[in-house]
Amino acid sequence: MNVRLYVWQRGTAALMAPLVLIHLAVMFYATRQGLTAADILGRTRGSIAWALFYGTFVAASAIHAGIGVRGILVEWAPIRPRAAELTAIVFGLLLCALGIRAVYAVVSG
Amino acid sequence: MPRDTGDTLEVSIWRGGQDGAYQSYSVPSRDSQTVLDVVTYVQRYIDPTLTYRFACRVGMCGSCAMTVNGRPRWTCRTHVSKVSKGGNLKIAPLSNLPVIKDLAADMRPFFEKWQEAKGVFEPTKTRHDPVEAIRPNEPARVAADEGIECINCGVCYAGCDTVRWNADYLGPAALNRAWTLMNDRRDSGQSQRLAAISTDGGCHACHSHQSCQEFCPQSLNPTGSIAQLKRLATKAYLRGEIGS
Repeated sequence: MNVRLYVWQRGTAALMAPLVLIHLAVMFYATRQGLTAADILGRTRGSIAWALFYGTFVAASAIHAGIGVRGILVEWAPIRPRAAELTAIVFGLLLCALGIRAVYAVVSG
Repeated sequence: MPRDTGDTLEVSIWRGGQDGAYQSYSVPSRDSQTVLDVVTYVQRYIDPTLTYRFACRVGMCGSCAMTVNGRPRWTCRTHVSKVSKGGNLKIAPLSNLPVIKDLAADMRPFFEKWQEAKGVFEPTKTRHDPVEAIRPNEPARVAADEGIECINCGVCYAGCDTVRWNADYLGPAALNRAWTLMNDRRDSGQSQRLAAISTDGGCHACHSHQSCQEFCPQSLNPTGSIAQLKRLATKAYLRGEIGS
């Protein structure tokens, strides 16, 4: 891992730490209050704030996990570093696509 | 000569090159016997073709490091009584390095990475200039002193998981050396050094397993030096002083 990837991985980790806490707090709130799926969707649909919150989460986790997978593949998989890099990029893009799809599902409409 | 204890050590020693095998020898046990003594006994009295490396025999030169019962150690300062398991010793060349023959590992990759990490002092003055006075209690000097006693034995390199997994990783000794030079204000190669240790095999590849610190016969803490290098390089990168 070079210094650029190190900064991105640590930076996204620092960004995700408060987001994870907020996400957990929201989960506890929703279950404690007995909110139904319809209640939750009623609050998230059309909300730019939730779109930004989870959009940021998705972007940060895709970058963070992509760099982590790259490191694992470089050290553990019997493939060339370039192949590990491309695999990690594809993995990160896949995470990003799945995450954006999920965010879109809860905020659109 | 220390007296024989009357017991016998069963010693397995790696023979041959990379695809060699262990061979067993019986060696008389003696008081205060070191692992290097055992290897020397085998070569002098049992098999003169045994190849190994040593020089000072007092823990200063760093040339006699080997793998002893699965762990890298300096053999001249390792007492058999502290490491043998039921009178058994298994001695191999250092890990993470090519084997030349028997117990002699090829140290070239180790020293080449030392060079790659810009572990060479780049003077700012000539021999005609007066010697620069540096107080021993200056913070940078104190930081350098903490890592300066490395004898380049290769024990940390042989015990490092990251070196085993990542062929490009510079390793604990080279990075520790780079850290000591980063704290030497007489040195002029700091920006090049910082760039060299910020590449893919540089300090950021370290997983902080701390094996180097655990195994270092000089009780140095290369993991600590590497952590400081990470901080230094990250700051320089964020300030735009180095690329990636």
